[in-house]
Formats: sequence, structure tokens, C-alpha cells
Amino acid sequence: MIAVLFLVVGIGLGVWLEPTVPLALQPYLPIAVVAALDAVFGGVRAKLDGVFDDKQFVISFISNVLVAAFIVYLGDQLGVGGQLSTGVVVVLGVRIFGNVAAIRRHLFRA
Amino acid sequence: MSAVPDAYPQLTPADGERHVDSGLGWPQVPEASAVEPAPEATQPEEVPAEEVGPEEAPPVGEASGAGRRRLSAAGAVIGLLVGLLGFALVVQLRSNTGDAQLQNTRPEDLVRILSDLNAREERLRSEIGNLQLTRSQLASGAQGREAALAEARRRADELGILAGTLPAVGEGLRIQLVPDRDDPIKAATVLDAVEELRGAGAEAMQITGNNGASVRIVASTYFVDSSAGLTVDGTTLTAPYTITVIGPAQTMSTALTIPGGVADAVQRDGGNVIVDNSGEVHVDALHSSSPLRWAQPVS
Repeated sequence: MIAVLFLVVGIGLGVWLEPTVPLALQPYLPIAVVAALDAVFGGVRAKLDGVFDDKQFVISFISNVLVAAFIVYLGDQLGVGGQLSTGVVVVLGVRIFGNVAAIRRHLFRA
Repeated sequence: MSAVPDAYPQLTPADGERHVDSGLGWPQVPEASAVEPAPEATQPEEVPAEEVGPEEAPPVGEASGAGRRRLSAAGAVIGLLVGLLGFALVVQLRSNTGDAQLQNTRPEDLVRILSDLNAREERLRSEIGNLQLTRSQLASGAQGREAALAEARRRADELGILAGTLPAVGEGLRIQLVPDRDDPIKAATVLDAVEELRGAGAEAMQITGNNGASVRIVASTYFVDSSAGLTVDGTTLTAPYTITVIGPAQTMSTALTIPGGVADAVQRDGGNVIVDNSGEVHVDALHSSSPLRWAQPVS
């Protein structure tokens, strides 16, 4: 519940403040967001499974974001930033789909 | 299994089963306890998960005060992270609503869009040029009309002064023709004076009698002797007469006083001519012009 509350607060802040993304962060923010979404869906699934772990969630969230951003950064340095971003997004997307499928099975038994 | 202290007591699975890190960042129950016994083949979460040491597993223990505090701290961190996620999500969505579609557009489409924009720019530029041309034309037309109006007004004023239908003011003379007691000034003498003044460059004239009547002298003005004195354009004036004239004062006074001129003629009859060179004079008697019956403008 607190998490949902904070999510709403964060969205509200984003809507209210209307910040612009710094240029240096522009390639990484979308990937970071997708990675964080992956972590959050994983956390929800773990909660439904009854195996949610605060520490693990926090660490996985942060490391997901950092690793995703690092991979994109590395790709940028290597000159394959676009492709690597796509790859990261595909992988994270697959995982999000899997998590959502698990959540769906929990909620709807189907 | 028990490497982590009892910080997360509530999260201990009821059956105490071991958790497997799926590499997804959260504990995953073993396949045996999966809710769905027959997973679909395409389920992506079925990727092989690395087995990790027992220190990843949630601990077993009872809830303590310290545990609760750490739990709430962890909840706060989670909330913070999730809030951050929402914030970043919104920021990213906002920043992406602009021309970000172009990023994903194919080069051919980009070229087409670019050429479209160029053509559009060209069109707008030519439109701007046309509008500016029209604007300058209109402005110059208005200016021309204004200038023509001012010119026409000026000409109308000039013609009005010449025709005697407008009062006039300017440098000139006031000439008094004072007759001898028993020898009135003849109309021919007054006409001579008028002709002399015209010849000297007079532009507007009027003659005023002693009885206060004034007549504007124009091209068609006539002078007739009468018993009371002088009849000018049907108006009777009594001597002495005052001719007010606008024109070159010096030339006109010279013209009047040349030997054998008007002044001489009047003085020969015993009268007197008083030329008053008093600077600006007003000619405000008006001649009522009748509409032309025969003559038509050529153009």
C-alpha cells in the first residue's frame, strides 16, 4: 500500500514539476525506467507468491537500473548503443511479460 | 538459510522452503510449489535460474522491535524507489511526447517528411512575399491617395482665392483713394488702379467704400460711376475708397506711383492716394460665383 502511495506521489511530482531530462541522462532514463518496472513487477509477483523480500527488492531494483544503464552506456561507448538498448529492452520486456503472466495466474487463476 | 538475521520475519515462507534466485531480482519459489503445474512453453520466467547460496533465503525468526523498525525503513526505501520510478516514468513520458516519433522513423520517411517541410516552407515564403508586396502596394496606394488629396485641396484653395470665393491673408497694401471735395474719383481711375495692381502681381483684392460696403474684385468685376459714388458689381460704395490688395507690396506701390500712373491721375483731379504698407492684410469680402453655363472643362 505504501509503495502504491509513493508511486502516486512520484507520478504527481513528475506531473507537477514537469522537469526536463538532462541531456546526459537522456539515453539511460528510458532503459532505467524499464528496468525498474521489471523489478517492480517482479516484486509484485514475489508478493503474490508470498516470498517478497524487502532487501532483495531494493537491491534488485537498484542493480537492475544500474546494470541496464551501464549496459547502454557501454553500448554507447562501443558504438552499438542503439542495438544494445534494444536488446536490453527486449530482455526486460520478456521478463516483464513473464512476471505479468505469473501475476495473472495468481489473480485470475488462469 | 539462516545467514541473514531475523530482519524479515513476515516474509518467511510458511513451509520454510528454500528460495531460488531466478536472476530476476526476487526470490522465486521452486518449480514444485508453482501455482500452475503445467506452465506454457512460452513462459519467459521459466528461464534457467542460477542457484544461489542459502544466504539469499529469507530467515526464520520471530518479530522483534528492531525488526519492525528495519522493516519500516525498508518499506520507506521501497516506497522511495517506487516513487522514483513513477517520477522517472512520468518525466520520460513527458519528454517523449515531443518529436520523439521522428527518432523511430525510417530514413525514407524522414526524407519525405523533410521534403514536405521544405515544400511547405517554400510555399509559406512565397506567400509571405506576396503578402508583403500587397501590403506595400496598399501602403503606397494610400500614400498616393493622400498626396493627391492634399494637392487637390491646395489647388482648390488657390483657385478659391483667385475666384474670390475664399478669404485670403498675406503681405500687401491698403490703398486709400481720397477724392477732392467737388471732383469725385471716376470709375475709370479705380479700374486703372486695379489693372495697375494686377499688372504688378496682385493676387487678391477688395474695395471698401466709406459706407462700409466691401466688394471682392475678381475677373468679372465691373466699375460704374453712380450718383452716390461708385457701383462695383451692383454694390454702391461711397468715397473715399480703400483698396486692400495682397501681393508684392514694393512692386505694387511703385506701380501706383510711377509718373503718369494712378497716383498722378488722382492728384491731377485734386484727390489723394494714400498707400499704407502695413504688412499683413486681410481680404475677406467674398465673391459669390455662379455656376458655369457654357464653358466645360476639357478633360
